[in-house]
Amino acid sequence: MKYLTEFRNGEIAQRMALEIHAVATRPWKIMEVCGGQTHSIIKNGIDQMLPAGIEMIHGPGCPVCVTPLELIDKALAIAAQPGVIFCSFGDMLRVPGTEGDLFQVKGAGGDVRVVYSPLDAVELAVKNPDKQVVFFGVGFETTAPANAMSVHVAKRRGLKNFSLLVSHVLVPPAIEAILSAPDRRIDGFLLAGHVCSVMGYWEYPPLAEKYKVPMVVTGFEPLDLLDGIRRCVIQLEAGRYEVENAYERVVKFEGNQGAQKLLAEVFEVTDRAWRGIGVIPKSGWRLSEAYREFDAEERFQIAGIHTAESPLCRAGDVLRGAIKPAECSAFGKQCTPRHPLGATMVSSEGACAAYYNYGRFLSVEELAGAGSGLTGAKNG
Amino acid sequence: MSYTAAPDFANWSCPLPLADYPTIVMGHGGGGKLGNELVEHLFLPAFRNPELENLGDAAVLELGGGHLAMSTDSYVVQPLFFPGGSIGELAVNGTVNDLAVSGAEPKFLSASFILEEGFALAQLAAIVEAMAKAAATAGVKIVTGDTKVVERGHGDGCYINTAGIGLLRPGITVGPHRAQPGDAILVSGTIGDHGMAIMSVREGLEFESQIRSDCAALNGMIAEVLAAAGAAIHAMRDPTRGGLASTLNEIAAASGVGVEIDEPSLPVRPEVQSACELLGLDPIYVANEGKAVFFVAPEAVDEILAILRAHPLGKDAARIGTVTAKHKRMLVARTAMGANRVIPIQIGEQLPRIC
Repeated sequence: MKYLTEFRNGEIAQRMALEIHAVATRPWKIMEVCGGQTHSIIKNGIDQMLPAGIEMIHGPGCPVCVTPLELIDKALAIAAQPGVIFCSFGDMLRVPGTEGDLFQVKGAGGDVRVVYSPLDAVELAVKNPDKQVVFFGVGFETTAPANAMSVHVAKRRGLKNFSLLVSHVLVPPAIEAILSAPDRRIDGFLLAGHVCSVMGYWEYPPLAEKYKVPMVVTGFEPLDLLDGIRRCVIQLEAGRYEVENAYERVVKFEGNQGAQKLLAEVFEVTDRAWRGIGVIPKSGWRLSEAYREFDAEERFQIAGIHTAESPLCRAGDVLRGAIKPAECSAFGKQCTPRHPLGATMVSSEGACAAYYNYGRFLSVEELAGAGSGLTGAKNG
Repeated sequence: MSYTAAPDFANWSCPLPLADYPTIVMGHGGGGKLGNELVEHLFLPAFRNPELENLGDAAVLELGGGHLAMSTDSYVVQPLFFPGGSIGELAVNGTVNDLAVSGAEPKFLSASFILEEGFALAQLAAIVEAMAKAAATAGVKIVTGDTKVVERGHGDGCYINTAGIGLLRPGITVGPHRAQPGDAILVSGTIGDHGMAIMSVREGLEFESQIRSDCAALNGMIAEVLAAAGAAIHAMRDPTRGGLASTLNEIAAASGVGVEIDEPSLPVRPEVQSACELLGLDPIYVANEGKAVFFVAPEAVDEILAILRAHPLGKDAARIGTVTAKHKRMLVARTAMGANRVIPIQIGEQLPRIC
């Protein structure tokens, strides 16, 4: 595949990893903000190729994880209503609300459908004029343009049976919240390449300057990630804190201005709750006044939502690098991949699951040898 | 939930997917962990007997002095017709393959139809014709059957169940529990073709592609391999739902061994890889309907690969990994980057990702 295989070359990757080993003289903690980057790092084993001191911290860039519980519960309530076709991206179906998930609503007779694009949901609304079609519009700046386009099209076509259940979140305020936390431990950031392809990276230089932290716009393929990490380490070692673009084939400084114009028309900035974190001021989008009639929360007045999180594990501490998975008292005891207490133990990408799986069968020495052949392999 | 005024990173945790459902969800049929748990905690305790406990693709039975293999499978695929085949070919080939990978020579099939009121007879005729052709190609007879009709809205047009009986070859004792450290792992061709062909025509996810289902009867190819090197083959399986990852995990668990694969050596068609990239899926979890995995003694690798590659269904056959005494009951892949990752069995269905 052109534009993919070129960025998955194992030999070049090894050379880039060696270069990082040569440059790094001190431990650094680097956060990749985007869930897609986390996925790629774990899938390809990039973390195992790095020097022992370079620690990748997985940021809050997984839309599935940060969508507030209250909104999931609203989604479940709306999807369960007769006459509703509830459309969603696939992986939102498995996210648990207070009582169950969208799979269970589907099992109980709700019309829940996986679509690949919100515009497919608009088409469903056209084809089913007697049904209310709701699209679950979650995610970061990356998914926002398509979601915005769906209501834009629905408005232009005068559709009265399409609405959007919106919980958009924004990266820059989340980065600022992480950087301004009193116990911050992050030395540098890999900025989310696809978010920047939409928004550009003009929002970040003031943050890099204010907190004296280097930021590198980074892609998703192994060589992209290694290049992002390499550039970040070089800046850290030199005491620089600039915003660099290591994803030039996709990202421009100003971003996609057509998309930004549409976003400014359809959405307005709002305070937003992040699941498990709390409210971050001005960290999300909701539908603007001109499009409020397409807001599913307005259309379906869902009352009586009583959300309740169970007292969970210390995944938060693991994710921000404060503890290693094995330092959690539930690790390997109450919490295993079979009976997970947190998402980090659930998926193959999860730090705890990776730790559990590797730690169970390899000693530390074997683990080091099982990595890239480079020194200091880790099992992050 | 009440949110604190300031962002609270200390108590941040990700929500976890549910693993214990009080009702049946689609994932129970996804060929992953949920389905396995139904077998382990519901069906096995209720039906327990030595023949069932093997949990092979087919049960191995002693009857009237002979050794038989018996298997059954239900087919609920949507859409009923897809690039490269239909529910008809699937219903025949699926059961034929379950018998073939158990080391048996498939002989007789049953066919039961559950039809929905209003289903077009022309479509049913097309499905039945496809079954007849597939049975002739595989060299099996459909010798008994049943038809039921359910009210409109209670079925997806046409569901088919087939059961099959085959004759076990003397001296062949393959089984999912017989993989040994040192065994080489071979796959008979490209992975993920069937699942992505279905995905490309599924409502709501349609995309244009050249991908065709690999649906095919494997008994002919397997017979050639067994005739030439039967004693060297320890385990065989057709990686259907849940894909190659589920099959390799299941054999690792049944044999109490570790499985190591070399990820870049997995044969994947470029168009399947592209479609998977687009949807955020991993071909190793995507279904196949015409592929076999072999766990074989290392000295027989060249001979078996040569036989497979000479067969039309095995021309892309490849060696993909090795059995090890380390990391027992686990599948570990060596990535193109030279690093390792554990590939677990899926909880339920693989879902297209947001990002």
